[in-house]
This record gives sequence, C-alpha cells and structure tokens, in this order.
Amino acid sequence: MHTAATILIDGLTYASWLFIVALGLTLVFGVLKILNIAHGSFYAVGAYAAASFVGWGASLKWAPALSLVAMLLAAVAVAVVLAPLTERGLLRFFYGRDEVLLVLVTYAMFLIMEDLTKLIWGANPYYVSEPYGLFGNLDLGVQSWVGYDFALVALAVVVGVAVWWGLNRTRQGKIMLAVIHSAEVASSMGVNVSRVYMLAFTVGIFLAALGGAFTAPMISVQPGVSVGVIIVSFAVVIIGGLGSIEGAAIGALIVGLARSFAVHVVPVAELFSIYIVMAVVLMFRPEGLFQRTQARRI
Amino acid sequence: MTQAIRVKRYPHRAAALSAVGIAGILCASGAQAQETFKIGIVSFLSGQAAESFGIPAVNGAKVLVDAFNKGAAPAPYNKVGFGGMKIEAVYVDENGGATKQVQELRNLYDREKVDAVVGYVGSGDCLAVAPAAEEMKKFLVLYDCGTPRIFEDNKFSYVFRTASHGAMDNVALARYLKARNVRADSFNMINQDYAWGQDSKKDFALSMEKLYPSAKVGEDQLPKFGAGQYGTEISALMAKPADVTHSSLWGGDLQAFILQAGPRGLFKRTQVVLSAADHVLPGLGEKMPDGTILGARGAYGLMSPKSALNDWWWDLYSKTYNTYPVQAPYRMAQSLLGLKLAAEKAIAANGGKKPSSEQLAAALKGLEWDSPAGRIRMALGDGHQAVQETAIGKTRYDAAKKMVVLEDIQRFPAECVNPPANMKAEEWIKAGFPGAKGCP
Amino acid sequence: MAAILKPSDTAPMRRAPASGWLGAALGLGAFALLAVAGWFSPRWLTFLVTMSAANGLVSLGIVCLMRGGVVPFGQGMLFAAGGYTAALAYNKLGFTDALGLALAGGVAAVLIAAPFAPLLSRYRGIFFAMLTLALSMVTYGLLMKLDALGGSDGFNMGRPTLLGQKLPDARVGYILYLVTIGIATAMALLARVYFDSTRGLVTLAVRENELRVEYLGGSVRQAMTINFILAAFCGGLGGALAVMSLGHVEPNFSYWTTSGEFVFVAILAGWQSVAAVFLASTVLEVVRSFSSAYFPNTWQLALGLFLLFVIRFLPRGLGSLWMKGAGR
Repeated sequence: MHTAATILIDGLTYASWLFIVALGLTLVFGVLKILNIAHGSFYAVGAYAAASFVGWGASLKWAPALSLVAMLLAAVAVAVVLAPLTERGLLRFFYGRDEVLLVLVTYAMFLIMEDLTKLIWGANPYYVSEPYGLFGNLDLGVQSWVGYDFALVALAVVVGVAVWWGLNRTRQGKIMLAVIHSAEVASSMGVNVSRVYMLAFTVGIFLAALGGAFTAPMISVQPGVSVGVIIVSFAVVIIGGLGSIEGAAIGALIVGLARSFAVHVVPVAELFSIYIVMAVVLMFRPEGLFQRTQARRI
Repeated sequence: MTQAIRVKRYPHRAAALSAVGIAGILCASGAQAQETFKIGIVSFLSGQAAESFGIPAVNGAKVLVDAFNKGAAPAPYNKVGFGGMKIEAVYVDENGGATKQVQELRNLYDREKVDAVVGYVGSGDCLAVAPAAEEMKKFLVLYDCGTPRIFEDNKFSYVFRTASHGAMDNVALARYLKARNVRADSFNMINQDYAWGQDSKKDFALSMEKLYPSAKVGEDQLPKFGAGQYGTEISALMAKPADVTHSSLWGGDLQAFILQAGPRGLFKRTQVVLSAADHVLPGLGEKMPDGTILGARGAYGLMSPKSALNDWWWDLYSKTYNTYPVQAPYRMAQSLLGLKLAAEKAIAANGGKKPSSEQLAAALKGLEWDSPAGRIRMALGDGHQAVQETAIGKTRYDAAKKMVVLEDIQRFPAECVNPPANMKAEEWIKAGFPGAKGCP
Repeated sequence: MAAILKPSDTAPMRRAPASGWLGAALGLGAFALLAVAGWFSPRWLTFLVTMSAANGLVSLGIVCLMRGGVVPFGQGMLFAAGGYTAALAYNKLGFTDALGLALAGGVAAVLIAAPFAPLLSRYRGIFFAMLTLALSMVTYGLLMKLDALGGSDGFNMGRPTLLGQKLPDARVGYILYLVTIGIATAMALLARVYFDSTRGLVTLAVRENELRVEYLGGSVRQAMTINFILAAFCGGLGGALAVMSLGHVEPNFSYWTTSGEFVFVAILAGWQSVAAVFLASTVLEVVRSFSSAYFPNTWQLALGLFLLFVIRFLPRGLGSLWMKGAGR
C-alpha cells in the first residue's frame, strides 16, 4: 500500500540527502558566482576520504559510533586540503571572466579529478559499512526504514540551520552577505574580498565532501559516483534560486516529494521529471523560487 | 671551469656512442623480429562500468595474452602466440559514448593497424561499431554486450559475438524458479531505465508469463541509470509485497541497492532474483544477504564447470590478481581462446601467413571450442553469434572461508535457454520456447 | 589632452582580413587544399577531419550567439535533432541523398528551435545557459524513453547517396569528407558575410551594451531570436553530417557533456575568426584521439589539463592570434 505517510517519509529522506549535497553548490555560486560542475567530484572525494578515515579508525579499533566523527573529520580534511589548492591555484586566475567560462573551468576540474581519484584510490570499490547500522530500524506497517536515513534528516536540519546562522548572525557571515550583494562595493568598504571568497569556497567544498562522506555508507564508493550527483544538484539549486539557502531547502523538498510521488504512483515518469521541473521553473521564475529581484546594473 | 666542461663533454660523446650502439642492436634484432598479431582490446577503463566489467576483463586479457605468448596454456591452446606469431595487445577505453567509439575503432584499424578488435560491453557501443567495422571490412569480435539486436536485426560478414546474448539470462532465471518450485504468484521488478534494463525486464516478464501463467506483475520500477539512491524505490517495492523481486541492476547501482535494501529487510520479505550479479559477490562479502538467487550471464566464476582448462585459468587469474575471476574476465577469456583457434585455423589454411580479415571471418564462422565456462558454439546469426550453457545459483556467506559461496547450482544447457537459429529471442519466448531441449 | 581618444580606439572592430572577395578566395583555396590533402591521407585522418568539420558547424552556431553575449549550453539538442531527422528520413522515408539529408537536418533543427527562440531571447548569462541545458536534457530524456527512436541504444543509418549516385565502397569516406568540408566551407563563408552585415554588427553591439542598442533603435530581442535560429540551423546541419559519417545516432548527442564540448570549441576559437572555429574543433579531436591512444587510463586527466591550459593562456581564443581589433 502506497500510503501518503510512506510517500512523505521517502520524500523527506531523499530531500535531506539532496539538501546536504546541493547546499555547497548554491553557496559557492552565491558568493563566487561560479557554477561548479566539479561539485560532484568533491562529493566523490568526500566519500573516498570517509572510506579511508573510517578504515583507519577501524584498524585503530575505534568504537563504531566514532566512525561518524571519522566521517566528519574526512569532510573537514578534504575541504582544508582541496579548497585552498583549487581556489588559489586555479580559480583565482579566472575571476571576473564570463560566468560560462568558469563553468568550463569547473568541467575541466571534474575531468581531472575523475582520473586523479582513480589514480589515488584505484578502481576497486570501498565500503563504509560500520555507520549504517548504528541507528537501528524503524518499522511502520509493511515498511521498514533504516535509522540512518532519519539521522540524515537531522543532519540536514543541523547543517541548514548552522549555515543560515553563520551567514545571518555572525560578523563574517554578514560580510559574506555583503560580498554576495556587491563585491565591488564591499571591497571599497575595506572588506578583504579574496579572503571571503576563499572562506566561502572552503565551506562549499566542506559541504560537498560532507554529503559524500555521509552518503558513503549507503553506496559502494567507486569510479563514477560523481556523475549521478551533478545534474540532480543543479536541478535543486536552479529551482530554489542560485545562492539562496532557503531556496536550496525548498528546492530539495520539491524535488524529493515530486520524485517520491512519481516513484510510488507513476514510476514511468521518473526519468525526466526532474529536467521538466527545472525547465518549467526556469521559464517562469528564472531566478528560482527564492531569489530576490536584483536591480539591473547599467 | 675548463675542467667541468671537459668532464661534461665525454658523457655526451659516450651517450651518443651508446645510442648508436643500441640503435644498431635494435636494428639487428628488428631484422630478426617476427611479425606480431596485433589485437585492439576495448573495454571500460573509467566510468561506472570500469570496476565491475571493464577492468577485470582487461586484467583477464593481459594475463591470458602473456600466457599465450609463453605457450603456457593447456592444449589445444598451447602454441606460442597465435600459431607461433607473438600477440601484441593495445587497450582502449570504451568510456565516452558511442560516437567516440566509432572514431576509436577507425583509429585502431587505420592508425594502429590492428589485425582484430575484441571489445565492447555497452550495447549502444556494439550497435554503433559493428556497422563501422563491416563497412571497413575489418574483423571485429564483440565479447560482452548483451543486446540480441546485433545479429537479429542485421547481417554481418566481419562481426562476431563470442558469448550468448542477454535473453539467456532471464529465461534461465525464470526456469530456475520453476525447477525449484519457488512460489511466484506475484513479482516486482526494478531495473535501470535504459535498453539493458528494459530488455531484461521484458524477457523476464515474458518468460514468467509462460512458466507461471497465473503470476501477477506488481511494481515495475525503472530508476535512472547511475542513480545510486534507491530509498524511495525500496519503499515502493516493500509497499507492494510480492513473492519474487527481479532485477538486472549491475555494478555500483546494484551494490548500492543491496546495501540499502538489505538492512531494510527487503531480502527477507521477498525472493530476490538477480540476472547478472555474480560480480558484486567478492566485494560485498558479508553484506550480501543469504538466499539470493542470481546468475552470472553464463557458467562463470563460482558456477563455472570443473575442467582442466578452468582450473588452469582460475589459478592463472587468482594468483595474479588476488581474487577469483568473475564473469567479465571469463567472457574475455572465451573470446580470446576462440580467436586463437580461429587464427590458427586460418594460418594453417593459408600456408603460415598472417590471416586477413576475410580468412579470420571464414575460420571463426560456425566454430566450436572449449572454454573455462564450457563449450562455446557459434550457432546463431548464420555462424556469427555464440550460444553457451549457463548456471543459476543461490548465495550463502561462508564464515569459515570468509566469502560468499553459491549453492543449489542448476545448470542449463545452451539449447534450453537460447532461441533456435531461425527465431528472434522475443518471439521465441512469446511462443513458449519451442524447440528448447534438455531443460531441467 | 589625453582625454581625447584616437579614432582607432573607438572605431568598430576592423573588418576581418578574410572578408569580401579575398575571403571567398581564401575559403575556396582552403577547400581545394583540404580536398587534395584528403585524397592522400589515411582514412582515420579524413574521418577525424570530417567529424571536426561537422562538430565545428555546431560551434559556429555557438559563436554566432556568443557574439551577442550569450553562451548556449544546449546545442546538443539541435545536434541531436539534425542527426535523428537525417537518420529517420533515411530509414523511414527512404530519402538517401546526402545533401538533402543535411538540409533536412538543418531545417528540422530550426523548426524545433523556433518555438523556444522568443522565450530564450529574454535570458542572459547563466540563466540562458541553464535553460538551454535543461531543454537539451529534457530532449535527452525523451530520446531515451522513446523506443520508436531506438531508446537508449539509438539506431543505425546506412550509406547515403550523392545526387542520385551510389557511393563506391573504396571512396565512401573521402566523398563524405568532401561533402562535409564543402558544406562547412560554404557555411563559414556565409557566416563571415553575416557577421559583417548590419545585423551581425548589431549583435556585437548587443554584447557590449544592450540598453544603448535599444536606445539607438535596434531590437535586441529580434537580433537574439534570429541568432538563435541561425545557430539552430548550423547545429542541425552539423548533426546530420555527423550521423551520415558515423552511421549511428543515439540520445547521447543531446547530453550536457556533448553540448559542453561544443561550447569549449567555441571558446577555444574565440568569436572573431570563423576559420578558428574549425581549427579549434580539429585541435580538440586530435587531442582527444591521441590522449585516448597514449593515456588509455588517464585520458580524462589529459583532456582536462588541455582545457585548462587553453582557457588560461588563450583568453580570447585561437582567433585572437591572427585577428586584431578593439574587441573584448
């Protein structure tokens, strides 16, 4: 029986996963105006790093609960190592250029990272199984969900609130908002814009890697995991509005619920429902559902 | 200062002299070097099919070509190389789309001057390259792709497929259920939404219609290829309980599905049957739920028949790669073994020269040979399409051996699960498998 | 009075050296040279150049739009439209003439693009790119789903004829090569004429400042709509020509990575020189081909590094190497 409860719960769990994965993308675009195609690759690196870290933890005989900490540390490590390298070493040369040119730069990054991860971790699959069973099961009628999926919902809420609070209630966050609004004016007011870019990019990569790290227990980490994530994150971010956190949350919910409904009730429609939603939103509210109208600069 | 220059001058001269010397030696040995038989091997070295199909197959090719060149294979494969000619292999990545593959194929024949190409896992790629090879009048062996359409919709003189096509997998699966009297009043399906998934589910559903006439189809899930997240699909499958759940998922998608569905109890509530899953067993180990019925698209891996050739192949592969060979390397092996026999037959027929594409085609047409997976016969598609036996088994994790083993193995002879030469696969299934012989 | 600018700084971009009769002569000369070279080249090379020319046509369409300041990320849709139309016309309608199929591909792409052109002409920047991407992915989804069009495997197309003549086995590749580079040369010359025409120059002005163009009486929307239609025609033409040489069409033609490669070629070429587009397309094919051969395990890495190198060190594209002008 496809009850409304099942559809809602599935929509919610999938939406949480989407939100965690897509948040970094929308943040990076909002601040740096870069639509990062390599977002999926950072997600993949996060998953691989989590596999490595949890593996080390297991060999050091850590308690299974600490594997969650290991995954968090993996995401932090990825952000701290890769973000400065990418931003300073590569993206910095292309700031101010056409937005679409930057998309191509990130596409090149995606290609490079695909092969680099294959060179570093090899082609064999990695499994991060310890965390998945930590939260038990939830049974509801014929259905049974893994507690981990609900833990992800909690994580999504925590992450969303943390990023929102960080942007709106801290000093650094407000400076970042100013840079989002106008980098030129912020710079003329004395803000170190390039430091803000670096910080935003690091947080964005951290969120991508976090998504990958916490997804790793549910999948087999192997070459090709980055590809499925890219388009679906794009869709969420476009629907919600580039650069908007509330938009990413609502976008994720819309996509999650629509997909859940399609899978349960009309399975045939699933394949391109997401592209159609994306196209429709772009046609009628191109700035996304939550973008504030921007004054046109002459 | 002058001293340093003087010291440096001699190394230059010495280097130049030794270069000339080496070149001379190479030229001399070049004059004695024999002609080699060059094979282009195309399979997935990157992308989603790399880990499950491409890289194991290429590994199998490497270790087998090595063994051939040493003359180390058991009879009748014990000649060095192909009839005395050493084999040289070049490897090409199948990733990047069918358009790229057509270009790579042309490069292989025209630029690298290969004598034969063995390759292709993706059905789309096979369908694209076969006409290109035919047009160029060059010898092509397809070793893995599953679509029956290659020889059912076309006629080729230069293109061959040395493994059964995909219809066999799901017919065998349905027959296994019937032979074991598994209850199947209803069945759900979850397959990837592209040609492989759609053809597989169609073959399974049609076979079940014939073998279990009263069975009802429940959920028919078609997630996107590469989706990786199946939470919603699993809920949908569990919301409509069925006796049997069929899937042709493979690779990373299958592993994700098993990792997500196992803990949710799906495998306990329904009999899961997987058409091509043997390749995930070594990696998943304990996480593979017991009692899953699965096939390997042939009598491969843990279900391969016992023979001296199989034992030799198993040892060869496992000693080099520290894991046992699953379906992909077996299919590559049977292809290269068939190619070896055909090449040697052609060489014998033309008086010892390297065979042309026409001579190779004439030799491989209708050929039969022994492989580690049983006897391969080029019986369909006017002698261009192989049939072989297959096997289906049930999983169980053996804690002592620390690996998944397959039990309750049922073998199906080729005539039982492959259509006859004059019928298309789909028509044959719809007609109720006329002419099927030797079915358990 | 340093504030008075010299005339050359404010004059519009100098007309390309290859315009007018000189341009036509250069174009025909290049065609003749390629035709002769193709006769003696190995088959894989003529095939490579054929595919570069077909892909180059799509990128030419993108350059047409780039001159107006927008970059479409969905030309794959039109490439697929042209390809599928040619293949379907061949298989279902029995129409086999190569030139006719190419034209049919172009026209079909225009018909498919026409309803979207007015809509798209209102968008700029990343949203234009995203909407075109979304449309091409919807097309991809449709093509994957429709079994009548071959589904995810696509389908094959046989050998076309030329002006009623069957093409001989030995020279098929060369003749299709001639047809493709012939059409490419013709389109290149037409493009040059268009770029130097009034509307072409208005397009450049739109890139610089739309509001000014509107104030001066030009219609930005009309310019963008027409550019989009022309780009669609080029895309469809390229698709049909590609499919005739490949003999196979599949939904991947409409995938975002295919579109991305066309955009890359356009950016590599820059928007000033038409010849640069085809040169850039050939360079990409060569790099791709040789990375595959020499780095079978790491060709993506090689390609990515090449892309970065080009974007970094040739900011205005290859064309800027031989075209001078006061353009950005």
